[in-house]
Amino acid sequence: MNLAAATNESLAEASNVLIYSSMAVYTLAFFAHIAEWVFGSRSKVGRTAAALSASSAKVSAAPAVKAQAGGTAVLERPEVVTRSAAGTRDVPDGPGAAGGTFKGDLYGRIAVSLTVVAFLVEAGGVITRALSVQRAPWANMYEFSITFSTVAVGSYLVLLALKKNVRWIGLPLVTTVLLDLGIAVTTLYTDSDQLVPALHSYWLWIHVSTAIICGAVFYLGAVGTILYLFRDSYENKLASGGTPGKFASSVMERLPAAASLDKFSYRINAAVFPLWTFTIIAGAIWAGDAWGRYWGWDPKEVWSFITWVAYAAYLHARATAGWKGRKAAYLALLAFACWLFNYYGVNIFVSGLHSYAGV
Amino acid sequence: MSKANSTETRQREEEDEQGSAHGAAGEQLSTAPREERPDTGAGVPAMSVIGWVRWFWRQLTSMRVALILLFLLSLGAIPGSLIPQTSVDDMKVQAFKEQHTTLTPVYEALQLFDVYSSVWFSAIYILLFVSLIGCIVPRTGQFVGQLRSRPPGAPKRLTRLPAYTTWRTEAEPEEVRAAALAMLRGRRFRGHEVGDAVAAEKGYLREAGNLVFHIALIVMLIAFASGQLFKSEGGKLVVEGDGFSNTLTQYDDFKSGSLYDADSLAPFSFVLDEFVGTYEKSGPQRGTPRTFEARVTYAEGADGAERKGVIKVNEPLVVDGTKVYLIAHGYAPVVTVRDGKGKVVSKSAVPLLPIDNNITSSGAIKVMDGYKDKNGKKTQLGFKAFFVPTFAGHGKGQMFSQFPALDFPVLALSAYQGSLGVDSGLAQNVYQLDTSKMKEFKDEDGELLKKMLMPGEKLDLPDGAGSITYEGTEEWASFQISQQPGNGWALGGAIAAIAGLAGSLFIQRRRVWVRAVRGADGVTVVEMAGLGRSESAKLPEELGDLSAALVTTAPVAPAAPEKPDAADTPDGSAATDATNEAGSRPVQPAEAPAEGAEK
Repeated sequence: MNLAAATNESLAEASNVLIYSSMAVYTLAFFAHIAEWVFGSRSKVGRTAAALSASSAKVSAAPAVKAQAGGTAVLERPEVVTRSAAGTRDVPDGPGAAGGTFKGDLYGRIAVSLTVVAFLVEAGGVITRALSVQRAPWANMYEFSITFSTVAVGSYLVLLALKKNVRWIGLPLVTTVLLDLGIAVTTLYTDSDQLVPALHSYWLWIHVSTAIICGAVFYLGAVGTILYLFRDSYENKLASGGTPGKFASSVMERLPAAASLDKFSYRINAAVFPLWTFTIIAGAIWAGDAWGRYWGWDPKEVWSFITWVAYAAYLHARATAGWKGRKAAYLALLAFACWLFNYYGVNIFVSGLHSYAGV
Repeated sequence: MSKANSTETRQREEEDEQGSAHGAAGEQLSTAPREERPDTGAGVPAMSVIGWVRWFWRQLTSMRVALILLFLLSLGAIPGSLIPQTSVDDMKVQAFKEQHTTLTPVYEALQLFDVYSSVWFSAIYILLFVSLIGCIVPRTGQFVGQLRSRPPGAPKRLTRLPAYTTWRTEAEPEEVRAAALAMLRGRRFRGHEVGDAVAAEKGYLREAGNLVFHIALIVMLIAFASGQLFKSEGGKLVVEGDGFSNTLTQYDDFKSGSLYDADSLAPFSFVLDEFVGTYEKSGPQRGTPRTFEARVTYAEGADGAERKGVIKVNEPLVVDGTKVYLIAHGYAPVVTVRDGKGKVVSKSAVPLLPIDNNITSSGAIKVMDGYKDKNGKKTQLGFKAFFVPTFAGHGKGQMFSQFPALDFPVLALSAYQGSLGVDSGLAQNVYQLDTSKMKEFKDEDGELLKKMLMPGEKLDLPDGAGSITYEGTEEWASFQISQQPGNGWALGGAIAAIAGLAGSLFIQRRRVWVRAVRGADGVTVVEMAGLGRSESAKLPEELGDLSAALVTTAPVAPAAPEKPDAADTPDGSAATDATNEAGSRPVQPAEAPAEGAEK
């Protein structure tokens, strides 16, 4: 028994070392991303301005874009022509933070490599933490936070591996991951330990893990939404003949088009919404076993419900004339704010049944 | 906007932007009614009652109002998480009311202590669900209509659709159409031949999922509401060795929904054989509970067979649809009270309430009947009891427990005699001693008589008034016994909701047309085009795959003449005209990407 306890403590120790190491590597990745953006600012592309002034000449031109679909067939394959719907502002995506410069791209690649390393180290930290206590590593806010950022970075890396154009999210993501880990190791830290009987349930694996995944992926969506709002006002300004500031143009010019950003965050949010629904329902089933009722308006339940309704409103708003676009984007941000409050606010300021050890 | 769609139907969920922009080809690609623009004056009511009703109904079932209601619902839920709620924790509400005397009347008037059953919160969700039903019913009708009809024929100019491809082939047009129809059906499209083209459609499950999701929400609401109305919930504290049978009189406290019928209590009984609690023995979390188990013997029905069971924190015992949950536990010292003649007046295990995590407990021992003082006069005895399962040791700190398990139990008592006040008719807390009509027993120094007892020790009352002996310790567990019908429906609704949601978000609904006609030079010209609910990147990919499949039976003829270029279609004006025919409103350039219709 004592021997086992000793192993546990050394594993917990190892976990802490890994988490701190990952923070160091994330910091390096952060600086590499900064370098990417700085070197990238030397390029002067101005494609958005060009596209917008061109399209304002022939308003509803509905330009056709040729796209070669696939290329597998031995047989000659007919070429598919695509065209945007009439009225769509047809702006090309920016070149990314590196702005097409060699040095910027180099630093961007370094940043991504460092992020991969940091992710692996952090994941190691989460796994050793789990091994040290031999249970799911999310029984308190510290464990929840380190898992949360690991999953967020992991989802980003998966999108990168799928060759999606998401490197633009790197800098904001790494910055907030550092923030999240900083809060975790300073104010939320709890020594690793066993579970109280109330958390002894396989629902811990199901309910809490999906909650973490939802939060992490909703977070990526929220970053996309914020950048969409900035990029959209930039495009609006250009379209109405204004000249945005030099810094704004330098940064915005390199982001994907507003429509792409909007689509990105919509897809992310829509993909995760059913999982969030599942999380709440799994929680309700667990509550039914643990507390004798599946829904009892506990503060955590209330805020999960509010978050759910807010995301539902966003999904509906995005398809409604007069609400789509910026208003829907504000709703998405509000919904994510609800999620954040549900995590930090409810745990810290409101007392309820979801009280976690150590806070 | 076609008349059938514009009058009563709901402008909910999706707008089929793409649909209307492509005229009849995109018609009814969903059942989503077209959005009325806020400035069209569609909502100006006629001045008759029916006009007002119609106007109100249209407003209520409009997307905009549904959004506002959703927003209000989340806003309205907030106060319930910040202000204590009667339904969640009545004690907290009382404490809050005592602290905030000015706020309390305001909060009470606004029903802020019962947000989730308040008039205003109910109004919001009832309106929302009426609005939802007002949406689902017509949409279901339309969807059934779509399933019974066939996809519309090919538009004249396929080149205008979002994805388009064409090639020339030596195959006969009829052959190509037949091959295309077979190929599309093979890929589970619903298709048919109209004129010189094949029209096919796929992804009906999207709409079905959408409807299922919204219907499931209604099922969940009804299940939850009926559960609240018919539920019953009661608490019972049981000491080891004692039992409980499920009748109203046995409960310590009991709550029920407004339509609950007391006869519907399931007949069963159980005996608590043993309670087992283990705790972390060392380390920083020393004393943290590790397991709680109540081992019971239960019997279903009035005289059913006895069975053994274990109730844990996450694992209630289910008997005949009623669930028995383990809620709390504590210690019950067994004490024997004797009178001056040595006769046993009472012997019982007295449950004490824990006041900290190490189960330092306090309570009262009351002897109501059977005790006579040394003069033979009937009176009552009362003891204030303080119990620690693990004592720090004499002279070490205060009377607080050091560990939650029974390692070094000590019971501290102080003794009183007189009237317990139980006959006054007022409800009394069994864990508190009302000493207002009682007299203290004094020790030799004239102080209140008190003593710390180890198991087996006794406290002698002065002047031959008798004694009290601490015999040993039992554990008690408290249970919540609840019955809530409709759980199965709620769970079924929840599962259906997730499945429907996944269908409506992940499945694409799209149409494909294949036109094959003989060209001027006698070579067959094949045109294929696709139209989706949304501007998805998958649509051109799929069209590419479909055309590649068709090319195997209709190979590309060499030396194709110059392909029809998308740029040769008249843009601007023509596109607007097409829209006008179909949608009776101009498409405004500012009116955003149709991607939104993907929902």
